[in-house]
This record gives sequence, C-alpha cells and structure tokens, in this order.
Amino acid sequence: MGENSRPCTVWLGSETGILKGVSVSRRQAFNFCDSSQLSRQHEVRTLCWADEAESELLVGAVDGTVKTFSMEKGAFTDMRSCGDPAEGNFVGLAVLDSGATLVTCVESGLLRVWRDESSEPATEIRVGSDVARMRQNPEHRHKVATGGKDNCLKVWDLENPEKPVFTAKNLRDDWLSLRQPHWVKDMAFIPGSDKVVTCTGYHQVHVYDPSTPQRRPVLEATFGEYPLTALSLPAAGGSAVVGNTHGQIAVLDLRKGLVRGCFKGLSGGVRALQCHASQPLVASCGLDRFLRIHSLEDRRVQHKVYLKSRLNCLLLASRQLEEPADSQGDAEQEVKEEDEADDVWDAMEQVEEREENLKRKTSEEEEDNPKRKASGDENPTQKTADEEGENSKREALSDTSGEGGENPGKKTSEEEEAQTQKNKRKRKKAQA
Amino acid sequence: MDITEVPVTQKGKSKKKKTKSDEMKNAEQSDKMKTDGVEVKEEKTEANVVFPPTFSVSEIKNKQRRHLMFMKLKQEKRKQKMELKKKKKSQEKLLGKKAPPKQVPKTIENQRVYDETTVDPEDEEVAFDEATDEFSAYFNGITNPKVLITTGDRPRGRTVKFCEQLATVIPHAHVYYRRGLALKRIIPQCIARDFTYLIVVNEDRKVPNGLVLCHLPEGPTAHFKVSSVRLRKEMKRRGKDPTEHSPEVILNNFTTRLGHSIGRMFAALFPQNPQFVGRQVATFHNQRDFIFFRFHRYIFKNEKKVGMQELGPRFTLKLRSLQKGTFDSKFGEYEWVLKRHEMDACRRKFQL
Repeated sequence: MGENSRPCTVWLGSETGILKGVSVSRRQAFNFCDSSQLSRQHEVRTLCWADEAESELLVGAVDGTVKTFSMEKGAFTDMRSCGDPAEGNFVGLAVLDSGATLVTCVESGLLRVWRDESSEPATEIRVGSDVARMRQNPEHRHKVATGGKDNCLKVWDLENPEKPVFTAKNLRDDWLSLRQPHWVKDMAFIPGSDKVVTCTGYHQVHVYDPSTPQRRPVLEATFGEYPLTALSLPAAGGSAVVGNTHGQIAVLDLRKGLVRGCFKGLSGGVRALQCHASQPLVASCGLDRFLRIHSLEDRRVQHKVYLKSRLNCLLLASRQLEEPADSQGDAEQEVKEEDEADDVWDAMEQVEEREENLKRKTSEEEEDNPKRKASGDENPTQKTADEEGENSKREALSDTSGEGGENPGKKTSEEEEAQTQKNKRKRKKAQA
Repeated sequence: MDITEVPVTQKGKSKKKKTKSDEMKNAEQSDKMKTDGVEVKEEKTEANVVFPPTFSVSEIKNKQRRHLMFMKLKQEKRKQKMELKKKKKSQEKLLGKKAPPKQVPKTIENQRVYDETTVDPEDEEVAFDEATDEFSAYFNGITNPKVLITTGDRPRGRTVKFCEQLATVIPHAHVYYRRGLALKRIIPQCIARDFTYLIVVNEDRKVPNGLVLCHLPEGPTAHFKVSSVRLRKEMKRRGKDPTEHSPEVILNNFTTRLGHSIGRMFAALFPQNPQFVGRQVATFHNQRDFIFFRFHRYIFKNEKKVGMQELGPRFTLKLRSLQKGTFDSKFGEYEWVLKRHEMDACRRKFQL
C-alpha cells in the first residue's frame, strides 16, 4: 500500500469519499478509501498537510471527521471527530505547532482550535455566518483569514482570538447609493507582506493591505461573468490564478489588475486550484472529473488525468512533480544521446579533412581554395576579394542564418567546424 | 485551311469517339502532318495517347468538347470500378472463406476519437457514483415522476402546440402558462407540490428553440438547443393520438460519463414499470452529440416482423450545459459547458 502512496505528488479529494493520489511521472492514479463501503457521508471537503515534511495528510469529511492519512503506510491511520455535520461542511483546515494543534472552520462560522487529541475545542471563535473559506498564512502560521457570503474578509490571530486583526470594509455604495453585494469565495496571503488577495462571487478579485489604514480593497480586478470559486498565487509572485464556475481559469496581473491569459481545456466548474511551490505549474480540478496540470509559461495543458468522481479539493506536494527517480533515468538517456552526438561530430571532423584534401587536388579550384579555406576557417564573416565577394556574402548569409537557427549559446568548436563544412558544401553546389 | 489550334486541344483523349470528335481529330492530325513532321503521329482509337501529367479536362476551353471529354472520363472510371468489383466478387467465389475480408468504409462514427470518460459497466466507483446521485430516489422507486411543462413568457403558435403534445407523450405532465413568473420562485413551489421535473420550452419567433430540463429536489439542470420540431399534423402516415399508457423508453448510445448523466435524466422523466402496457415507445437516440427524440407505436406481427407507426412530436436536442443544482444560470456551478471553439474543433470527438 505504501508503495502506491509514496510516488504520488498530487492528492485529490472526491465527492464519493475517495482520496485519490496521482503519480504524474508514472501516469497512474490510486484510490485510497477508509472503509470498504463507499459512502457520501465521507465526501472529502478539505485537505491539508499535517506537517512540514508532508508525510501525513489531513482529510476533512462531510460527517465532521478529520482523518489522518500516512504516506508511508498508504492508509488512514487516525480519525477524530471535529464537529457536528449539522453545522455545515468544513471550509478550512489548518495545522499549528507541527501537527499538535488543529484548526477547523465550518460553514456556519465556528472556527475551532483543537489541541492534542482532546474532544473539546480549546478555543472557539465565531467568524460570522455563511463562511466560504478559511486559509492559513504560510509564513505566520498563527494567522488565518476567513470570508463568506456577505461576510467580509477577516484576518484572525489565533493567539489573541478576541478580535480580528483586520476586518475589511465593503466596497463603496454604487452610483445609485445602493449597498454593493459582497461574497468572498477564496483568499490567499501574499508571501513577503501582509497583503491578502480574495476572489468573490461577483467576478472580482480584491487585494487588501492590513498595514495601511485603508480597510477597503487596495486593488480591484474583474474577470468573466461568473462567480470565481478558486484562487492561487504562483511562486513567482505579482500575479494570481483564478477559476470560475464556468470552467474558465485565468492568470491576472496584480500590479495593474489585467487579465494576462486564460487556461483552456476545462469544461466544468473549478473547485480547487493550486500552483506548485517551485515549478511554474498550476493544477486544477473540478466538476468535470478531470485533474489538469497547466504550465504557467505557455498556458498549455501538460497533464490531464480522468478521475471518475467529481473532485472537491486538491493538494500538491512541494517536491518536484515528476519523480526524481524517473528523471535520473532520463538524465542517463540524455547522457547517452550526447555521447552519440559526440561520435557524430567526430565523424564529421574526419570527413571535413578529407574534403580539404580533395579541394587541394582539384585543378579548377586551386586558386580559389586557399582564399576560401582561409575565409572559411579563420573568420567566416570576413569579406575577401571581389571575385569571391559574392561567395563570401553567400557564406556570410548562410552563416548568420545558421547561427540564428541554432542555439547561439551552445556553440562549440565542433559545431562551428561542421557549419563551415556545410557552407562549403553549399558554395560548391551554388557554383555547380 | 491553316488551323492554328491551341496546343491543349491537340491532346484530346483518343477513346471511343463520336463523330464530331473524329472529324476534329482528323483535322488535327492532318494539320500536324502539315506543320511539324518531327512530332510523333497521334494514333487513332486503339492506343492511349501520352499526356503530360499536368493536363486536366478542365483546361479545354471549348465547352462542348470539355463536356464530352468529362463524360468519357466518367465512363472510363465507372468501367474500371465495375471491373474491380467483378474481380473481387469472382475472387470471393473462388476462395470462399479464404478471401480477403471486406473493407469497411470509414464513417465519422467509426473514426470517433476514443473518449477516456467512457463508462465501463464493471466500474465500481462509477456505479457507486450513479447509485447515490440525484436520481437515486427515482431509480430506487421512492419517488414517481411528475412533470411541469411551461414556456418562456408569452408563447406563440407552435410552441403552445409543442407543449401540449409533449404533455401527451410524457405521463403525469401538466402544462401551465408562464405569465411572467420568475423561475427561481416557481421552483420552491413546485418542490412543495411534489413535482420532480420542470421543463421550460424557450421560443424564438414563434418556434421552440431551447429546452431547460430541471430535476427538482436539488437535481441537475440541463439546457438543450431544440431543432427540427415536427408537430403531429406534419407527420406522414402517422397513427392515432397516443393513449394514456406509459411508454417504454429507449436510450441509445449514451456511452460517456456525461452521456450517462443525461441518459438518466431522460429516463427519470417516465414512470418505471417493467410490465409494458400499451405498445408505445419513446426513443432518445444519441448520435454525434445530437439527441433525436421519436415516439412510436409498435405491434409484433410475428416473431420477426414488427409494424411501427410514428405518432407524436419529433425533435432534436443538443446539450449546451449541465448545471449542478436547480436552475441558477448566474451563480450556479456548471458540471459541463459546451465550449464550441474548444470542443467542436475536432470532427471526430464527441462528448455524450
């Protein structure tokens, strides 16, 4: 069992209660289920890593239980009941003190801190009603943010749970003096500062800055016409990736508030998005039962995996998406290919010498030979006498085109010689 | 007479000729013999002339000759085809079983790109998913279907008739006028009165063109585009009006996971009764992502022969979106949305 879970780099929770692990390099998906009987009560709502080393996963289900899944063993090891299903589903799960403390939040607005296996929460905070998401600040782990429908963004410090550290204010009344509706669906902390980005159900993305006295959003950006359901920040910074209920994912620039591009391929609403911690990749899952991994640079689908149930949440491992063991194998293959390439270049060198000999022997080209050789070997772009003005020009053109075509940074002496040899061939052909 | 002919016309094909072309040919040849003695003399009917490979019948400027040459070309091709067929047939007769297998022509359905979401009948996860989805109450026999059919505001002509005929086809269906009521307010009232389905027929210029099918307690909402609606009086050789019996339901070709969901949606419109009464059948046939609806009455004349009369309306549906939850087009979550530029780009890839 453990052998199945160890190579998995993407973890997903589904509506049928199955925890799915996907190993991208091996192109395999594995199902991990707690009990032999599937049940909708075990529908997975949130996932989070239990510790920094990412050896255990915490799975929050609809029936109010939080289960621990161990990567080594490949099975569920622990289960604790953290609340009543009547209070609503889990909207956020976080871990403090490297696994000792658990923070849960449910839809009805009860944020609870559970310590050390006790069945009663140590702290309970009411964050409002209709909470849609709770997220933890990855740098200051005792700070969490919550938001929901008509429930503004609030940043809480768990060490001082009385009052929120920051409460956002609703947008200004619109031009008819009507109160603007407000629906926070997802949020993220910008690393390196105090700022928080949220995405709303009214297709807006807001950036709040608690360090400034302004409680209203510092930046507002809009995308599309449908509620934005998921948000994630790429490692590179300065941008945000959002997804909406129509299956459109876009990357927005947070400096100006513009849409930089869209990720195509999804056909159903996005439920969860996550950008990889170091690689420029973003993973998305949703109601169309597919896991898609797009590359952030060219916005193309790198991997697409069909997982048979609707997917609720997603978690990426911090390590490389493609397994290091397999990539070593690839490196070996590359080394082999380079050796072969070297052999090819060596062979070409020998041929070139022979050609030079041939040239010396031919009586017609005796006069031209030394000049041509000189121009070819020493400085390809050097212009020689008028007779060969054309030749050298042609050569220069072909040289520059050749250089432009190949990778300029990787030029070795072998390649240059091979190129000049090609040019000589071309010149011969032109003459003939 | 010195006829300077355009070089193209000289290269007429020498086949079974009609009188006109014979004359022309003679004129040409005589001309050639006069002008160039070097060129190879073109022979008459029997041997084939060598043409340069870039020649085509369309380059002949004379319309009548061009037409003639084209007809000849067609006849040649037909002849070759018949010879080939004969050959194959005789080969098959000779070899019997050892003959090479018949070639199957390529169709778009044959060339369909394999869809990875195709449902495997033995898949446990999918079976569990379906067993516990929004239609499980119907398929477990707990609820009976009750359908409310309505239209957009102020329906006209064909739409009204279409709704009435749909109500005769679907048992326990009630038609109500819309009168400008909001769907989001109708839905809680329907749920309170135990309706299981809400059908809204949308119209454009007095012709129905859209259908919203909403499963009621909390079920998915499907939005279809309706085309090719034929009402009862437009049907040729139709039978009498359908009776009150519940029809059988045939669902053809719903293979993918999305297809399964839609198929179940259609199935849940009709009451379940394994003892078929009344020889009426409603067919939802999916082909190339279009769903064809037909309503027939059948009678078995003997073991092998069946007589069928088409009654009832006939229409084509194309799925545009499937939304999770009851009708909420602005804030609802979509399970599947038709994105034409991405999905309709490949002719051989289908979603249902």
